[in-house]
Amino acid sequence: MSAGFYEVNGKQVPHDEEGYITNLSDWSKELAEVIAKQEGIDMTEEHWDVVNFLREYYDEYQIAPAIRVLVKAIKKKFGPEKGNNKYLYELFPYGPAKQACKIAGLPKPTGCV
Amino acid sequence: MSELEKNAEAAEVAEVPEEALNEPLYFDMEPKDGASAHIRSFPAVEEFQEQLGYPGERPENWQEVALAKMDELRGKFRSFRLFLDICVKCGACTDKCHYYMGTSDPKNMPVGRQDLLRSVYRRYFTLPGKWFPSLVGARELTEEVLDEWYTYYFQCSECRRCSVFCPYGIDTAEITMAAREILDSVGYGMKYTNEIITKVFKVGNNLGLPKPALESTLEDLEEEIEEDTGVKVRLPLDEPADILLVTPSADFFAEPHIDGLIGYAKVFHAAGVKWTISSYASEAANFGMFIGSYENMRRIALRIRKAAIDLGVKRIIIGECGHAWRAAYSFLNTLAGPFDFLDPKYPVPQHICEFTWDLIQQGKLKFDKSQNDHLKLTFHDSCNVARASRMGDYPGGQFDIPRNIIKAVCNHYYEMPEGTTHEATLCCGGGGGLLTDDLMELRKKGGSPRMKALKQVRDEYGVNKMAAICAICKAQFTKIMPEHGFAVDDIMSVHQLVSNAIILPGSIQEKELMEEQGQAADAAE
Repeated sequence: MSAGFYEVNGKQVPHDEEGYITNLSDWSKELAEVIAKQEGIDMTEEHWDVVNFLREYYDEYQIAPAIRVLVKAIKKKFGPEKGNNKYLYELFPYGPAKQACKIAGLPKPTGCV
Repeated sequence: MSELEKNAEAAEVAEVPEEALNEPLYFDMEPKDGASAHIRSFPAVEEFQEQLGYPGERPENWQEVALAKMDELRGKFRSFRLFLDICVKCGACTDKCHYYMGTSDPKNMPVGRQDLLRSVYRRYFTLPGKWFPSLVGARELTEEVLDEWYTYYFQCSECRRCSVFCPYGIDTAEITMAAREILDSVGYGMKYTNEIITKVFKVGNNLGLPKPALESTLEDLEEEIEEDTGVKVRLPLDEPADILLVTPSADFFAEPHIDGLIGYAKVFHAAGVKWTISSYASEAANFGMFIGSYENMRRIALRIRKAAIDLGVKRIIIGECGHAWRAAYSFLNTLAGPFDFLDPKYPVPQHICEFTWDLIQQGKLKFDKSQNDHLKLTFHDSCNVARASRMGDYPGGQFDIPRNIIKAVCNHYYEMPEGTTHEATLCCGGGGGLLTDDLMELRKKGGSPRMKALKQVRDEYGVNKMAAICAICKAQFTKIMPEHGFAVDDIMSVHQLVSNAIILPGSIQEKELMEEQGQAADAAE
């Protein structure tokens, strides 16, 4: 991939070389569907729960949550059979942090992660 | 889980898989020209270049600037000049690089990599190269050469394995670092490393984790530990203390890193010491080293000094992070010293493994090793710990101490094949600033020799987990192990094992253990 645009409702939304959107305010639910499709993910209600949580957390802390925090939040809401790493990797095979962040329109977590 | 069930589970995982590999450890060594020429990381954008004090764009007189930088570096670092001068092309290094093993590209042979820069050095800085360039393999610095540098100097993880096998001790990592510094000086930096350093300057860590988020994560972990153990174990942030823990920010974010952090917290609690994390120096990693930038390395290291003074600590302890330990053990004093305000009774700095092992030797930590009985462990020596630092007070302590800890908390431990551990350890494939998604192909190929060694002990002994003490290694293995038939959580932190087995005074685990022992005593009577 190289830097370019996502096409949403006739509008062009710029993204970087890795597909993360450049302006966080460009995000919309329609855009999330477009990014997910490109990632080979069919957005279900379960995917949306994770994406929505990430966005709420980001609003408060300006960063994505640690995987552990995410797992706990999902567990609290949907019970232990969904509150685990394995479940999150099933939803987002390339890793819940990076892939889900991309779909949620958040910056990519950097560092040794 | 009862002891019986655990043993049954251990027996199950110990079964040797049917597809046991009988292949030799290493690869077909036939070189393939240009096999990895297409693997290139994303260059840094202007913003990240400038934050680090480099030009945002390539200057018009870039050749002049690059050669002036090379001249400066050969004057400043005698090792760099020596390494460029003394290679006799004996070939001992050629098959020692994991990226060569994984890609077969001869420019990933250590000597091949060195020659990319050596050829230009000869042309401009040696007499034969100035007069008879074609006779001595000297070449002009052209745009193609610069691009080739960018490609292949970001296919080296600066792990220094080749230097162990070079009869002259030529350290390719130093040449790679110099090449990256030259590239940066003409505005040709790498996105991953330079964006991360920018975040350290802005926020305090590689992740860009702001203080409120860090605070909330630490509180969460405190709750979790209390739920698990019944003991209130603190993870203090920015509190006056005796010990400052500086750990990679991945320890606050990723798995299995965070389990290691929980382990440190439990050890500190059991030791009864006052410790703290600093939000200002919430990063042990120092990517300034990866790009060969003394100035950026120093700016990052000075944050640790400032945090130590501001919090009034007497000791500095570094968490599980490979290159951070090199930066701290070998360079911290030069970069940010003197640390005469710290307690001279303790090493400056100290590794968390040294701290824990010291307590184990004094009998101050209590363990129930059976908590790790379902695991069959091996240990991956991280390159920078193995070849660029030491632990304890004798040579080789950096190999023994982490293993001693594992053996003190686990019953089943096995070594990977000789020649792939200790000083000759294989890189994880993601070190030196290459742990980025845009280099995933290289990471998979470079990590394959380690995976092969791991498969050997899996097939021979039923090893099902590998432990490490480096944030990069851990993150890299969570990505590549699933490609080799392992699970994403088959890589563990050493202090995660400690955390599993430690019996904190007054904990649920202590009560259970006493009951078990009481029952065993009753049964014996």
